[in-house]
Amino acid sequence: MNKEMTLSQACAQIESGMTVGIGGWGPRRKPMALVRELVRSDVRDLIVVAYGGPEVGMLCAAGKVKKLVFGFVTMDAIPLEPFYRKAREAGELELMELDEGMLEWGLRAAGMRLPYLPTRCGLATDVVAKNADLKTIASPYDDGEVLLAMPALRLDVALLHVNDADRWGNTLITGRDAYFDHLFARAADRTFVSCERLADKFALTAEQAKANLFERYLVSGVVHAPGGAHPTLNNPDYGWDLAHMKAYAAAAGEEGGWAAYRACHIDGGEAAYRAQNGLPARLAELSHPIF
Amino acid sequence: MSQPYEYTLAELMITAASDAWRGDGEILASGIGVIPRLGASLAKLTHTPELLMTDSEAFLVEEPVPLGPRGDFEPRYSGYMGFERVFECVWGGRRHVMIGPTQIDRFGQTNLSVVGDYVRPKAAMLGVRGLPGNSINHASSMLVPSHSPRVFVAGEVDMVSGVGYNPARWGEGMRQDYVDLRRIITDLCVMDFGGPDRAVRVISLHPGVTREQVAAATGFPLEFLADTPVTRAPTPDELALIRQLDPHDMRAQQIKGNPPANRAEL
Repeated sequence: MNKEMTLSQACAQIESGMTVGIGGWGPRRKPMALVRELVRSDVRDLIVVAYGGPEVGMLCAAGKVKKLVFGFVTMDAIPLEPFYRKAREAGELELMELDEGMLEWGLRAAGMRLPYLPTRCGLATDVVAKNADLKTIASPYDDGEVLLAMPALRLDVALLHVNDADRWGNTLITGRDAYFDHLFARAADRTFVSCERLADKFALTAEQAKANLFERYLVSGVVHAPGGAHPTLNNPDYGWDLAHMKAYAAAAGEEGGWAAYRACHIDGGEAAYRAQNGLPARLAELSHPIF
Repeated sequence: MSQPYEYTLAELMITAASDAWRGDGEILASGIGVIPRLGASLAKLTHTPELLMTDSEAFLVEEPVPLGPRGDFEPRYSGYMGFERVFECVWGGRRHVMIGPTQIDRFGQTNLSVVGDYVRPKAAMLGVRGLPGNSINHASSMLVPSHSPRVFVAGEVDMVSGVGYNPARWGEGMRQDYVDLRRIITDLCVMDFGGPDRAVRVISLHPGVTREQVAAATGFPLEFLADTPVTRAPTPDELALIRQLDPHDMRAQQIKGNPPANRAEL
């Protein structure tokens, strides 16, 4: 079995109008190489589901996003993601703004093939008022409590970046936090994973194998993309590129800033991106952020 | 560095924040931002050592981690607390968070999403984040670095992200009894929700601050504790611990101009 493919082969599976879940969290372990490939593609009108970071800003700036299903968009050290802000303030996006836990619940429900999961999160807030489709449900037991029925967030495609993978689709997330990547994989019809290192077939110790967080039958394609989370962090392999993220953020304040960023960093393809940003050699210099 | 005052307003707010967790016992104390994090750390190092705390990333620590570059300090971990486990902790109710919302209203409802119209907002911030789930499941406190009617708005906040005690927002059969809004610490005063019908009430005024000043800086009517006391001063021990926890003086950047605690000394 060999699920290895190129960035363009993976993104060719994504069609306009699809619902695409993106793993990671804010500026942490985002599948940026896959996202850059998506920016270069003709795809449009995507429904993007994410704990959002710069990938959401880039996809918004590139006009790829019809609807955003999210709890936040941030780059942590740069709290306000400027290209998300622009799109949001222009009223360009359809929105499903959710509590972080509701987003998890929606992915879990999808992964378990349930129509919804009950929660208190979101009740008595504008999350309910602004999402007219959300419904409540009364507990069928004696307590009769009224709860929010968080609908399943079924994904056509999930895009993830992991530390290690093999050609069979086995993956390892060795960083400090898996975030909710395993749930994105379970919620999706097809998951495409990029990785720092690609092996033929894993032969792991028990300790190493504990970093395998979801099954390979969930993985449709594996792309070898060292530095593929750059400029976001991917511990323990590398920290974030704060200088890059600052320059990206500054571009939002300049006339034609997005076009310039895109021309410099995206349009030339991933090999050019790596050369432009000194990858992979410079990854070793990127310090891990201190929170 | 010579300091003409005994302690700064930020340091006073850190000890006031610390007092918000006093007596909470074995729960996760989450201070989001410099002053709340220092407050939680100080609480754990002084009056409430039972508190659980993280390194603000993914691991539990029993010794609070100082802010910023750590030099020789190597954090030692007592357990794991990734985001998925934090959510589980939230839903189980064993947490007390302190955050800095963009807007707060008289019901204690908070906003971190957008200012202005929802569809075409004047300013987009982060999104609702974990506010809906936090506020409906466990204890919540708030930190406001600049007390003004822009933060403490008249009417409701523009996008209700965290729940509060607004009867109009609650339907029949919904459980409100896990909602537990505790303290609001600002640059002028400390407040709780101890007024009639859980109205916001000033429980102490910072040195040199008057009731009139606070009332004028708030977009809704306030209750005041009878004979409103002055916010307690940090002790010398607390100030020494704050300096250890914040070796790069990040607290000096938190309040505009880093003023002394007592405005009369200005």
